[in-house]
Amino acid sequence: MRPLAELVKGIYKENPVFRLALGLCPALAVSTSVENALGMGAAATFVLVGSNITVSFIRKFVPTKVRIPCYIVVIASFVTTVELVMGAYLPELAKSLGIFLPLIVVNCIILGRAEAFASKNGVGRSILDAVGMGVGFTFAITLIGAIRELLGDGKLMGYMVFGPQYQPVLLMILAPGAFITIGLLMGYFNILDERMKKKTEAKGGKG
Amino acid sequence: MDLGQLFAIVIGAIFVSNFVLARFLGLCPFVGVSKDSDSALGMGMAVIFVMTMASIVTWFVYMYVLVPLGIVYLRTIAFILVIATLVQFVEMVIEKTSPTLHKSLGIYLPLITTNCAVLGVAVVNVNEFMVTGLPRATSFIYTVVHGLAAGLGFTLALILMAAIRERLELVDVPKSMRGIPITFVIAGLMAIAFLGFSGLKIG
Repeated sequence: MRPLAELVKGIYKENPVFRLALGLCPALAVSTSVENALGMGAAATFVLVGSNITVSFIRKFVPTKVRIPCYIVVIASFVTTVELVMGAYLPELAKSLGIFLPLIVVNCIILGRAEAFASKNGVGRSILDAVGMGVGFTFAITLIGAIRELLGDGKLMGYMVFGPQYQPVLLMILAPGAFITIGLLMGYFNILDERMKKKTEAKGGKG
Repeated sequence: MDLGQLFAIVIGAIFVSNFVLARFLGLCPFVGVSKDSDSALGMGMAVIFVMTMASIVTWFVYMYVLVPLGIVYLRTIAFILVIATLVQFVEMVIEKTSPTLHKSLGIYLPLITTNCAVLGVAVVNVNEFMVTGLPRATSFIYTVVHGLAAGLGFTLALILMAAIRERLELVDVPKSMRGIPITFVIAGLMAIAFLGFSGLKIG
């Protein structure tokens, strides 16, 4: 696969949240606003890039039998770094991400990429893969965050969009809104997929 | 320590802030293993067991290793390693002592290591019962009860969802919504129902 393709596949074709249904817990829990979503996306992307690089470096020395615990320790170290740095410089954001900051350890995207990609590929490709997946995750979570903030608060990034007379749909900020939003978005992405398939078939291309 | 407080913890963990429907923890097994109620029950039992054990073990690790050595900031690494080891150990013990139990729970146990609800319950326990400086005996009992109740809440949500999805087999769902998307919309409706519990006042 060409290097560019490694980068782009995470954003739409293999989007971790909408297509592979990974990393669902943080995608729903911290997507109450765009700001939180971007913070979570950045933190997860950092951990993903760091762990992919490290795993790719050590892939030849780690015995296959104990590889999963090794990967988990690598990931947990990067998560602890993020926790400490964010607690020191962005305490507000760290507070609103709450327990989901330490829980990046069990985000299945990160262990999944370490196991499925970084343990089999070189460092360069692993970085591209990590950046692509990280951006894809950030895109998905920000999209959910934008919809929920817009409908549930009438704002986007803290700015009023609908004007002061808008009655916020409180439900969207609460837990049920997250479930319903992601369900409908996944359905929509399925429809998009279907259409694209039909298009390539009609063209006679080798989609 | 009083019983009213314990009761409040139990009701809180099962209904008011249900781990799946209000705290968004353990969504992967919630979506993945809720296709039929038999496997949902098996997964639920395994999670209740592991969550209670993990609560107990992480309490000891936190109180007698991390706090005395002054390395509380390493709790994420320590907890995930302890939980991964615990799951392995539990699997080995069950395999040796009860093959029938292993047959019904076995395939779910390895999945539990990456179930964020288990690490989640350990982190919530630390935040709510240990940092606050409760007496040791009290915080230990609260931790165990909370772990058990959180597992029960997870199982309740999982079994309810499995029951709904079994009936869904016979329904004509739009093609693009089949599978995971419709599951999330149903989870949203369940979460609305569980929101009703947040008005409960105990003690």
